[in-house]
Amino acid sequence: MTTSAVSTATFEAQSLECIRDDRVLFENLCFTISPGEALVLEGRNGSGKTSLLRIICGIRLPESGKVLWEGNDIFHLGPEFHEHTAYLGHKDGSKQDLTPLENLRVAQGLGKAREGITLEDALEQVGLFGFEDVPTRNLSAGQQRRLAIARLLVTDAKLWILDEPFTSLDRKGIEQMERLFEEHLKRGGMAAMTTHHRIGFKEEVKLVRINLSDR
Amino acid sequence: MSTLSLTSAFTLLLKRDMTLAYRRRSELVNPLLFFVLVTAMFPLGIGNDPKLIEAVGPGVIWVAALLAALLSLDAMFRSDFEDGSLEQFMLSAHPVSILVLAKILAHWLVTGLPLFIAAPLLAVLLNIPGDAIPTLMLTLILGTPVLSLIGSVGVALTVGLRRGGVILSLLVLPLYVPVLIFATDAVKTAIVGIPTTAQLSILSAMLVGSLVLAPLATAASLRISLS
Repeated sequence: MTTSAVSTATFEAQSLECIRDDRVLFENLCFTISPGEALVLEGRNGSGKTSLLRIICGIRLPESGKVLWEGNDIFHLGPEFHEHTAYLGHKDGSKQDLTPLENLRVAQGLGKAREGITLEDALEQVGLFGFEDVPTRNLSAGQQRRLAIARLLVTDAKLWILDEPFTSLDRKGIEQMERLFEEHLKRGGMAAMTTHHRIGFKEEVKLVRINLSDR
Repeated sequence: MSTLSLTSAFTLLLKRDMTLAYRRRSELVNPLLFFVLVTAMFPLGIGNDPKLIEAVGPGVIWVAALLAALLSLDAMFRSDFEDGSLEQFMLSAHPVSILVLAKILAHWLVTGLPLFIAAPLLAVLLNIPGDAIPTLMLTLILGTPVLSLIGSVGVALTVGLRRGGVILSLLVLPLYVPVLIFATDAVKTAIVGIPTTAQLSILSAMLVGSLVLAPLATAASLRISLS
């Protein structure tokens, strides 16, 4: 599997295996994503979608196999890999006691700040204009999810790793977010996501689909 | 703009934690209140024997400080773990140990420093002679950061457990014992009037050692807890 001499793919997974509670969730799982492409994970509940996303963003270690960023193992790259990624998990990762603006400022500081976008711009793009100084706990679940998505916009991350990004968004919100994801891919970004929602990108986007239940 | 320098990432996180602490200041008072109440109750329980109170004074202050620190430890990473912020720290473009160090410093500023400030008053209450109070303060300023630093490793290991409280105490208290022994011994020695350089040097060594090692161990433990 590792015989291919030089891989051109920016992001690559090689024969990943994940075992959870003595159950093999997946094994020998390989994929590659290049700029402009998105990986879409499908599968039943409990089929290991979240586990896979946590492995490819480096929070969890696979039982075997490795994940490569530009040909280097992400485990060895550490922060050098993480400055290129943004992760949106089940939990939003926003502090309830901070305002959306403060939350974004921390998120931007933790990553590599993107040029040409202010925090206010990012909030406006996700439809939270006017909510800058409201404590995050006073926002609705959908608005909190939007805030979490705004976090993706303020850093210069090339790879977005999204776990059910559309949870609790309304239909218009989902469309808005799809546009944002599309723009990100058009800029040469990459995405890896799980979703139960059928994604409707307007333009041709190369989607790499993996169904974890059929394997 | 690009990646923040390490110092600005450190101050950013420190500021964030201090803001959060300020917005939940009612919870903040708990460790200090515990510390003050325990030390204030002791003379009442022991009775009016000044000699006895003077003899147990340093121990009482230090045991209370240690338990107050232990009480507040769990809060260090708990809420960040529950709302997913901790995952974001792990995936930051900065070394996790630096971010952890900022969080530990914030924890100490919020829980350790108030004890240090309240200590002289309580020392008077416990009949500790004025000459020994500077030594008591010195042991507290050297010792309480060690409590936060060592404690952070324990919290990081137990934050993923639903009921980590008991394990946390069992894990951390044995490591607190050296601090307790040398700190109380320093104060007792100072009361008698003997130089306390040896004990204070050992406390400083503990502080430097844990300052270097604890953030690394905590970062590694957090990684284990999250995976």
